[in-house]
Amino acid sequence: MSGHSFAYISGISYYLPAASLTNEQLSKAFPEWSVDKIMQKVGISTRRIVAEDEFTSDLAVSASQNLFKEHNLQTSEVDYLILCTQSPDYFLPTTACLVHERLQLPSTAGAIDINQGCSGFVYGLSLAKGLIGSGDISNVLLVTAETYSRFLHPDDKGNRSIFGDAAAAIWVSASPGGAAIGKIALGTDGKGAKNLIVKNGAIRYAKTADQSLQSDKDGNLFNDNYLYMNGSEIFNFTLESVPALVRQILQKNQLQQEDIDLFIFHQANRFMLEYLRKKIKIPQENFFIAMEHCGNTVSSTIPIAMKQALLEGKIKIGSKVLVAGFGVGYSWGGAVLRF
Amino acid sequence: MDKNQFLQSFAEQFDETDPSAITMDARFKEIDEWSSMVALMIIAMVDENYNKKITGADLREANTIEQLFERINAK
Repeated sequence: MSGHSFAYISGISYYLPAASLTNEQLSKAFPEWSVDKIMQKVGISTRRIVAEDEFTSDLAVSASQNLFKEHNLQTSEVDYLILCTQSPDYFLPTTACLVHERLQLPSTAGAIDINQGCSGFVYGLSLAKGLIGSGDISNVLLVTAETYSRFLHPDDKGNRSIFGDAAAAIWVSASPGGAAIGKIALGTDGKGAKNLIVKNGAIRYAKTADQSLQSDKDGNLFNDNYLYMNGSEIFNFTLESVPALVRQILQKNQLQQEDIDLFIFHQANRFMLEYLRKKIKIPQENFFIAMEHCGNTVSSTIPIAMKQALLEGKIKIGSKVLVAGFGVGYSWGGAVLRF
Repeated sequence: MDKNQFLQSFAEQFDETDPSAITMDARFKEIDEWSSMVALMIIAMVDENYNKKITGADLREANTIEQLFERINAK
């Protein structure tokens, strides 16, 4: 790996809410959508969904508590909390401040939210790495937490089949150990903003009472009070941007594709991941998919999959892992992690 | 691009629809099984077999499989 490593991921934990949405339940609600077909196409059997009174801050706190417990870390060691979410508890204050309070982090610790979706884990890493590189701080608690289920229309079969709620907590530290964070590549194309959007409910457009689900000219269902995704456009975006992103990450890290032991992409859906894998010509054994039991959890998919890969022994000491996140924005980013 | 080959590959993306119902004249978005997921599979098939990109506009403007074929063929 080129350059000097100065920031490390030394712990990953996550939290999934208790309630599930299974393929059987979806199939009951949408009889044309069979249990086998959902599993075969999207590669998900269960999504975990927040309870009525459970919010992003709750998921973030639980994931962080798991991290402190599983990795024997102290809250007093946290210098900075970065919380990545697009479903904050409030417009203001930041969810990070609520989580800071609940976790009783030091009053000298910084705490901010960042708003980013499927690329959020990589963006969080890049900020954490930069903060550590500044020399001002030593330890960052990076949390990715999302409750997209609240954005989904009850009749939106496609998106309800894909998205699940979750939070992940990642310990990023100046102390060597775990995985050294290599060079990070990022990218943005705001032309894609309209293709994955929750339009109403913020400042520009108020929420309306309309609950009807309409079909747009592309055949995608929408109601502006809920999440809209133009699947074809998003898929085209990934076909163009992800192979280029992988090349860029490899180049920045002065590595060849064969040098990578494991590729972990944002777990969007199985069909898309398998197609990207074939297109980029990544052997199956070097490509990790882990979304069957939690679905597409947006910014938490990569840390959840990485944790699973560690538990399964797919990542060992010395492994070079390429992570890549891409989606809403459009926004994308990736890195090489050396364990 | 070979029309018959395209039609056959197009039909292969459907699991439940009788292939005989999938003709060049078929209005593909009116097929019961048509969904955003099938749209992704068609996009992937065209990318893989022809190295060409189908946009949302192509799917929007084309009604029959023939019309979609012509749009792709013209790229």
